[in-house]
Amino acid sequence: MKPDVLVAMSGGVDSSVAAALLLDAGYAVTGVTLKLWGGESDSGCCAVSDVEDARRVAHRLGIDHHVFNFGQEFNEHVIDPYVAAYDAGRTPNPCIECNRHIKFDKLLRRADALGFELLATGHHAAVTVLPDGSTRISRGADVAKDQSYVLYMLDQAVQARLLLPLGSMTKDRVRQLAHELGLVTAAKPDSQDVCFIHSDGGRRAFLGDRIPLTPATIVDRAGNALGRTETVQLVTIGQRKGLGLAGNDDRNYVVDIDRRAGVVTVGPESETFVASTELIDVGWTAPVAEGRYSVQCSAHGSCLPATVAGTTITWDEPHRRVASGQAVVFYDGSHVVGGAIAA
Amino acid sequence: MVHYLDHAASTPARPAAIEAMARQLVHGYGNPTGAHRLARAANRVLDESRDIIADALGATPGEVIFTAGGTEADNLAILGTLEARGGIALCSAIEHHAVLDPVIHTGGVIVGVGSDGRIDTEQLGRVLTPEVSVVSVMLANNETGIVQPLGEVADIVRRRAPQALLHTDAVQALPWVDVADQCRVADLISISAHKFGGPQGVGALVARAGVSLVPRLRGGGQERDRRSGTQNVAGIAAMASAAAETVAERQAQVVRVGALRDRLVDGLTGRLTGVVESGNRQDKTANIAHLCFEGVESEALLFLLEKEDIMASAAASCSSGAMEPSHVLAAMGFSRSLAGGSLRLSLGYSTTEDDIEAALAVIPPAVRRLRERG
Repeated sequence: MKPDVLVAMSGGVDSSVAAALLLDAGYAVTGVTLKLWGGESDSGCCAVSDVEDARRVAHRLGIDHHVFNFGQEFNEHVIDPYVAAYDAGRTPNPCIECNRHIKFDKLLRRADALGFELLATGHHAAVTVLPDGSTRISRGADVAKDQSYVLYMLDQAVQARLLLPLGSMTKDRVRQLAHELGLVTAAKPDSQDVCFIHSDGGRRAFLGDRIPLTPATIVDRAGNALGRTETVQLVTIGQRKGLGLAGNDDRNYVVDIDRRAGVVTVGPESETFVASTELIDVGWTAPVAEGRYSVQCSAHGSCLPATVAGTTITWDEPHRRVASGQAVVFYDGSHVVGGAIAA
Repeated sequence: MVHYLDHAASTPARPAAIEAMARQLVHGYGNPTGAHRLARAANRVLDESRDIIADALGATPGEVIFTAGGTEADNLAILGTLEARGGIALCSAIEHHAVLDPVIHTGGVIVGVGSDGRIDTEQLGRVLTPEVSVVSVMLANNETGIVQPLGEVADIVRRRAPQALLHTDAVQALPWVDVADQCRVADLISISAHKFGGPQGVGALVARAGVSLVPRLRGGGQERDRRSGTQNVAGIAAMASAAAETVAERQAQVVRVGALRDRLVDGLTGRLTGVVESGNRQDKTANIAHLCFEGVESEALLFLLEKEDIMASAAASCSSGAMEPSHVLAAMGFSRSLAGGSLRLSLGYSTTEDDIEAALAVIPPAVRRLRERG
């Protein structure tokens, strides 16, 4: 008899197929959907329609399905820090905080209390066992869908209790399996954005309801006014599009943001490059530390060689400035070994 | 074997109700508004059912409006009165959402409760104004089981706002409280069949003679133009059958179930520390054991109980099935963390000693496990 597994089912196609694969592999599978957000939402794991989809998939597979309300924890660990980060001029990644505090902490502890040895999710990534017996979070087989970046914080203890059944599978294969199994989620579009942000108003409406959004003048290096933004909090270092300036002008990259003075400075692309990046909250999830790694600074961004020492990354070649608040993940080949948040 | 301790959510149907329903579906399928023999037979069943419900609620048959459940009855009482008379609605903070939401939606007034879970009658007196046209205070609360002092409420309303109607949501009360007696002071009374051994989706509103309501559903003019739509004759027949049995055996069940409930609550508080019972036991209907366990999350506790075939619930669950924080416990001043460990075990006519023994065997170790590992 294989152990009891709790599968986090978001109501999307990936976690639906993950549950099906585990069932097929002989595990005793129970599905759970997390209710995280009580406000308006139209995507991801927060809408009631997603709970219904997950429930229907569970019924189809013949497994039990439960709903856990982690709304209070989600507010505390994801929503409030998200809003505070924008208010402080950082660019947060709420999915990573949700993984850190909700899915792989709160839910894992809940699973333990309820007698589940293992937790599974539908992330496109794998848990790889190395010859020395230690494990690594590794990139998923579908490079374009790889989600190892958002799992960088999972330590050895968590990895030991984690199943990622989609690690060796392409997204196309996942959808094909879902069709073959007759799951209602088979053709459901991938979630695109942050689950608690409603597509109608977007980030601007969400943040505008919670913090004052203030305007800024857009100037070039010489101080000439080029335009204006109503929401300096939503401007990110390195951004070129969405400022109302000529999007293809290679002198229109955001190179400096002074929110207090209400000034956004744009300059040539070359000014967005740096030799090193400072970090906070550095964590190593494998028994290795410091050295040369490939470093990735956004969910599907490039992964470039650098040396990690203490709280500093020194890039082999000048690297685009990393917005403060972004996750910075260290890879050894296809294995995650650690990560941090850009200072 | 399932130990069903969730009667306040929904009761198993009484055999007599199932029989009445099946008989109607098979043989009595005529539309009661029709002219032929089958139609007249259905209409006769409606009349007889109406007599039984009226009797159970201390009303006359003409005062009974059949609805599709308690929520519709509550909405008709509040919104139908507001539309007929203008003004605003007032209700207690511990009402079911079927009352609370229409009152809030129409800009009404909410009156708090004390830590004992009973309406704050002083505050009620203060906030009653000539503008208030309907006051809604439930007879027994669906989470705590606490019976509200309806007579006292009625006195205050008559004194401070004589123009206002008094509505009471008696959905939880019928098996445990003499509704006909206790609700004499009310102008409007809601009930729901599936709380006393009838089917889901059937209920009734009593609207006293002379109380005018603007209907929420318009159409064929059924229920004396107060609620259009072909009546659910089979469901209504089942409701009446369940109501008749419920009222007939009420006194005996209150004694029997009350003793089981006391054994359950005393057993749990005796076996565990950090258990708080909401309100005073003597204020509660005989069937409700409502406890808060320190250091425990309701969702996790319910999961472990279900694994051992104990069916219970906590606060209200939302449509997704997730547990929502209890507005009732919040109104009583419970901290969010203590309220987050609430458990409602609601007994009923079919509850046995076995069910109680099973709950007493399962709950203490589950609570201990969650306190150790939660």
